[in-house]
Amino acid sequence: MKLAYWMYAGPAHIGTLRVASSFKNVHAIMHAPLGDDYFNVMRSMLERERDFTAATTSIVDRHVLARGSQERVVDNILRKDREERPDLIILTPTCTSSILQEDLQNFVYRASIISDSNVIFADVDHYQVNEIQAADRTLEQIVRYYLDRCYRQEKLDQFLTNVPSVNIIGIFTLGFHNQHDCRELRRLLRDLDIGINQIIPEGGSVEDLENLPKAWFNLIPYREVGLMTAMYLNKEYGMPYISTAPMGAVDMAEWVRQIQKKVNTLALISSIKRVDYEHYIDGQTRFVSQAAWFSRSIDCQNLTGKETVVFGDATHAASITKILAREMGIRVSCSGTYCKHDAEWFKEQIQGFSDEILITDDHAEVGDMIAHVEPSAIFGTQMERHIGKRLNIPCGVISAPVHIQNFPLGYRPFLGYEGTNQIADLVYNSFALGMEDHLLDIFGGHDTKEVITKSLSTDTGLIWNPESRLELSKIPRFVREKVKRNTEKLARQKGIETITVEVMYAAKEVFNS
Amino acid sequence: MSVKVSETLTVECETGNYHTFCPISCVSWLYQKIEDSFFLVVGTKTCGYFLQNALGVMIFAEPRYAMAELEEGDISAQLNDYEGLKRLCIRIKKDRDPSVIIWIGTCTTEIIKMDLEGMAPKLEWEIGIPILVARANGLDYAFTQGEDTVLAAMAHRCPEPEFSVSERKKTIQNVFTFHSIKKKELDEYANNPSLVLFGSLPSNVASQLNLELKRQSIKVSGWLPSQRYTDLPSLGDGVYVCGVNPFLSRTATTLIRRKKCELIGAPFPIGPDGTRAWIEKICPVFGVETQDLEEREERIWESLKDYLDLVRGKSVFFMGDNILEVSLARFLIRCGMIVHEIGIPYMDKRYQAAELLLLQDTCMKMCVPIPRIVEKPDNSNQIRRIRELQPDLAITGMAHANPLEARGISTKWSVEFTFAQIHGFANARDLLELVTRPLRRQKNLEDLDQTTLVIKKNKF
Repeated sequence: MKLAYWMYAGPAHIGTLRVASSFKNVHAIMHAPLGDDYFNVMRSMLERERDFTAATTSIVDRHVLARGSQERVVDNILRKDREERPDLIILTPTCTSSILQEDLQNFVYRASIISDSNVIFADVDHYQVNEIQAADRTLEQIVRYYLDRCYRQEKLDQFLTNVPSVNIIGIFTLGFHNQHDCRELRRLLRDLDIGINQIIPEGGSVEDLENLPKAWFNLIPYREVGLMTAMYLNKEYGMPYISTAPMGAVDMAEWVRQIQKKVNTLALISSIKRVDYEHYIDGQTRFVSQAAWFSRSIDCQNLTGKETVVFGDATHAASITKILAREMGIRVSCSGTYCKHDAEWFKEQIQGFSDEILITDDHAEVGDMIAHVEPSAIFGTQMERHIGKRLNIPCGVISAPVHIQNFPLGYRPFLGYEGTNQIADLVYNSFALGMEDHLLDIFGGHDTKEVITKSLSTDTGLIWNPESRLELSKIPRFVREKVKRNTEKLARQKGIETITVEVMYAAKEVFNS
Repeated sequence: MSVKVSETLTVECETGNYHTFCPISCVSWLYQKIEDSFFLVVGTKTCGYFLQNALGVMIFAEPRYAMAELEEGDISAQLNDYEGLKRLCIRIKKDRDPSVIIWIGTCTTEIIKMDLEGMAPKLEWEIGIPILVARANGLDYAFTQGEDTVLAAMAHRCPEPEFSVSERKKTIQNVFTFHSIKKKELDEYANNPSLVLFGSLPSNVASQLNLELKRQSIKVSGWLPSQRYTDLPSLGDGVYVCGVNPFLSRTATTLIRRKKCELIGAPFPIGPDGTRAWIEKICPVFGVETQDLEEREERIWESLKDYLDLVRGKSVFFMGDNILEVSLARFLIRCGMIVHEIGIPYMDKRYQAAELLLLQDTCMKMCVPIPRIVEKPDNSNQIRRIRELQPDLAITGMAHANPLEARGISTKWSVEFTFAQIHGFANARDLLELVTRPLRRQKNLEDLDQTTLVIKKNKF
């Protein structure tokens, strides 16, 4: 048992639901008590989704505790099958229902015999893995399910496409700027003359998964989700993959070179011309991405040696750390991640770029560390943003968990050459604000003149009795002045000298209508 | 009007596959209401994730609540529950020093049968802070019922009324107070037995209702919950109680059966009609004749005129998730709206009897059929019905709001009714403000559509 106020990664079923609802025509059923379908609210709110989220609950209530689910889960699966005609139904337990130890696998088996849809049981342990790991596993499970089936039916077509092509694995719903990143990757690959075989899970169809092996290789932009799938495809079908995140100018170049290498290796066999992307990298880095120039400009000189703290998921925290340290010359005093399961990789990545490394999922520890370092800027999640607010340190949000502000409508990729521009803006704006704040502090604030004309209140004449004064203090601060003004206005109109609680609420009625 | 007016009220029951908040969400408003409390939710990551996301910004404001997150060792009983809770509660005592710790039992503690009720008194004695247990879990309850379980637990801690002491005080005051006004005030209240209102309301809404009753010369002797745990009202034989919210049936039952209070069954003070009916039910109990009440209600309706013009004749569909639905529907029917369906998680016909009666009367008065009440609704069936009926407004949870809007159905997020101030005469306008917001927005955008879309069409 541990005391917790906040967590960086959600429970396992959220990961499963995120993968399931990213695919087209896949329905997820949670075996859960009433109220555990909060995922639907998040998707509808954060992603501003126009369609109903294809996730429902098979409710666990008192009766289920007493007698077991019996036919209920199977009935719910079959009902969804009838109503929505999905290609695939995924059944997942939640933390609570997994303790019941009902044989959900058996329900799935029974339902799959009758239903037209395929039915699978999400194979994740709710007490061992978190949201991110569960998403990774579920994606692999779905891919494996469809490829194995195809393989058994001996329908699997493993011939590579004529021109170089790739699968992009790991773009999905509620991911940090995933939609924008996906668009940027499409643009990059078009520039490189590489076709896109499939993008999964976002917008993908499970029926098309059997064509995954037709791509020349796989791209894993974020290592949190998709790496398991890539390793499976590598092992079973010999597909190479690139798991470098194309974030920041240096890694971007590295990513393009890796693609070049992969294409050229296979080009030998496919009798296709060898490619050379060096020219492209050079042009993009110098002219499309402003980041390289920006870090040499006089503005960026001011940032030299400034201290920062970076915290987030493994991919984003590592990439941002490297960008700050080697591309902008900013000192990263501490860099950390909450992806404890991937700690080794993370440490290796930021070796030499950060003074300290912090691997934890306890936000209090991160807060203490920030308070101790007192950096000029923080790059972290929403939690770090609030820590920054409390300590008066500016913060740029670079990683999930996030809220609605981090699902911008405008184009804001973190990956690719456009991504380098976005990141440069984010970094620079965080610091500039910090500087401005500091200067204002020294010179005594923006505007020291008090605004007095807005208030009608004067100390003459009106007396607030103790009850009404107490009542006034209970009113939320942002409307308190208004309430006070209105009350005094009414009191003056009516010639009342002592203001009581009655007068206050009489004023509310008069002035509200 | 040729609409057939059905006279009977029926409650249907569907599958219970509907979206609502988990009842542990009650901590979000209760910890703010009870200033010296600390809520400890004993549950899993799922509970924590829900609270963290549902509470949004509040989570960063050092809230007086936390999760006691159960780990695998707790589930398999390798760790000692009592020791675990003790460790956490001692830390809470040290960090926050609350006057009461409220343990919120969840689905998981139910399933693993953690004996919270058994452990609480022991630990309470050991660490010297009162510990209440409320089983606000999703196996048994929906959303606002969480508050019901907390208040029911809290009712047990209310002190017995000490008549002798208060009698003595009164005589002393009589002897020493010669001031005429004070004496008059005392006399005004003297004959009344005490009245305790139950239901958590923001403190200014509570004092508005207090004032409303004071106008009728009725003194409210306390609220459950009070602003501070240490100020809980006295409850016992001869104390009258009245609810202000429709989801407090357990609390009502506890007050009647365990505390021997007299329950005043009344409609709920939501909307001017509800508020008047609520006062009218309370007054006779204390032998008071209502004064000026009808005129007051009239005046309020008068002030709502602009909003009423907007809603008249429009239709509403309640998908149901917070048990305020019957009261809201009754108010909206009185406003001239047509209600297609009242979805509701749970319907206590006894506790809501007066409210249901008022609904029936309102329907008769407004010459509209009594809407169907659907208990434990099924969301996918409801969405099908919404598609057929095409209501002007669907009052629904956030999970369905955006998708319905995208399909041309105006929606109002139902949870806002739980957090907004909707009780009493003075807040009737705020209530309509909420209901009309989507309608007003639609009106604004209609104009926008005509202009911009036409230009666009011309362009392409």
